[in-house]
Amino acid sequence: MNAAVRVAVLDYGAANMVSITKALAAVGAEVSVATEPSEMTGVDAIVVPGVGAAGSAMDHLRERSLLEPLRDWVRAGRPCLGICLGFQVLFDGSDEGDVETLGLLAGRTVELADAPTLPHIGWNSVDLTRQHALFDGVADGAHFYFVHSFAPAPADESIVLARTTHGRPFVSAVARGSLYGLQFHPEKSSEAGLRVLSNFVGLVAAARAASAGSAASAGCSGGDGAVSAGAA
Amino acid sequence: MLARRVIPCLDVDKGRVVKGTRFVNLTDEGDPAELAERYAHEGADEIVFLDITAAHERRGTMLDVVRRTASRAFVPLTVGGGVRSVEEMRDVLRAGADKVSFNTAAVADPTLLTACAERFGSQAVVCAIDARRLPQEVGADGTPGRWEVVTHGGRRTTDLDAVTWAMRAVDLGAGELLVTSMDRDGTRSGFDTELLAAIATRVRVPVIASGGAAGPADFVTAVLDGKADAVLAASIFHRRMFSVSDVKEAMAAAGLPVRRIEESGA
Repeated sequence: MNAAVRVAVLDYGAANMVSITKALAAVGAEVSVATEPSEMTGVDAIVVPGVGAAGSAMDHLRERSLLEPLRDWVRAGRPCLGICLGFQVLFDGSDEGDVETLGLLAGRTVELADAPTLPHIGWNSVDLTRQHALFDGVADGAHFYFVHSFAPAPADESIVLARTTHGRPFVSAVARGSLYGLQFHPEKSSEAGLRVLSNFVGLVAAARAASAGSAASAGCSGGDGAVSAGAA
Repeated sequence: MLARRVIPCLDVDKGRVVKGTRFVNLTDEGDPAELAERYAHEGADEIVFLDITAAHERRGTMLDVVRRTASRAFVPLTVGGGVRSVEEMRDVLRAGADKVSFNTAAVADPTLLTACAERFGSQAVVCAIDARRLPQEVGADGTPGRWEVVTHGGRRTTDLDAVTWAMRAVDLGAGELLVTSMDRDGTRSGFDTELLAAIATRVRVPVIASGGAAGPADFVTAVLDGKADAVLAASIFHRRMFSVSDVKEAMAAAGLPVRRIEESGA
């Protein structure tokens, strides 16, 4: 058996940590919580969760000295998954409070246009715009749970994996290399959500194996055999 | 397209699910976390726990229930009953809940909605409104109905108009409204769709219908006539008269968008 994938969930005071840590554990990851930079060492992937406002999220990341280590992590091409607010802050800035965010992905987070209800709360369909291992085993149009009023508008169309419509279509999933972002909450999206998290963990395992230069040798796939390493 | 949600509600007393009629004749129905997980597997889009434990006995019991539930049921979880401060809300969210619902506490101190929304975001703040229809002052046809807000499980009246209060609660920071008709609650005579529509057409936030479900057809009318975004029920699910998927089938047959559990593959 491969060693379990180690995932650190950043705790910057903006998220329900129970659901995301338990959901990652449920799909086989070895999960820890990182409240300071030293706790990011020795792990294979970082998850940036979050609910709330972009400004306070940035303040909290800064206060806990997590801002630069997170930027460095992503710039080094290491696996990272941003969820909801943790997805939005990956971009250049946010109209929510007009704040500058991490600048790891080009584009700006804007309020949902023409939304019939705001916040956008509930299960909405995620329409895949292209095939990606993150959504292996998930039906096109499957429902995931959303809770937000803003969403990022990526400048680079090539990173878009899925869109969702509430009023107008917005981007609900992206991937660029080992950096992934989801506007919905996989940890609250029942079986479909667990499947996406399982795929993420599989992609991290594949990336780890590839960087160790031993990807081809192992016969054991650690239970995520369906995941293709090529997409990452 | 945004699915209309079906939400089972569980009354929790001292850490156990209970059922009874209006807080009396309570019988132990099991462990909240276990039942929540079962509902999640059956396709519940969200779970609501209503803590009916008397305030002085409450303490950490509910937090433990929330923690255990969030560890095994990966659907949204709302907790109502007994949260009266930003600090108490923080504890409930940290235990794994996604939203907290305020009822009597918000009527007593409306600024609580604002304080909690500023701290946790309005998406986490639900204002529960228990409303009772006022007798029509004018019997003429076409007179719009009026409802007053009641608190303490319907035992106390207020001088608040339910529609006015709903709009104010949203202005103050509530990101969702849970609207219960006290006339219909427990009667299985269907939702008060006039009340629901009166509120839902005046606010931009989602409205959850509650009080009066007798069967799947009522969920359909709550959405079509009441303009509700989500529908909550307790006894018809607990008593296994209908399952969550029975309800969703009826909604889908009526052309309403719902999340079917088959779609997630597995």
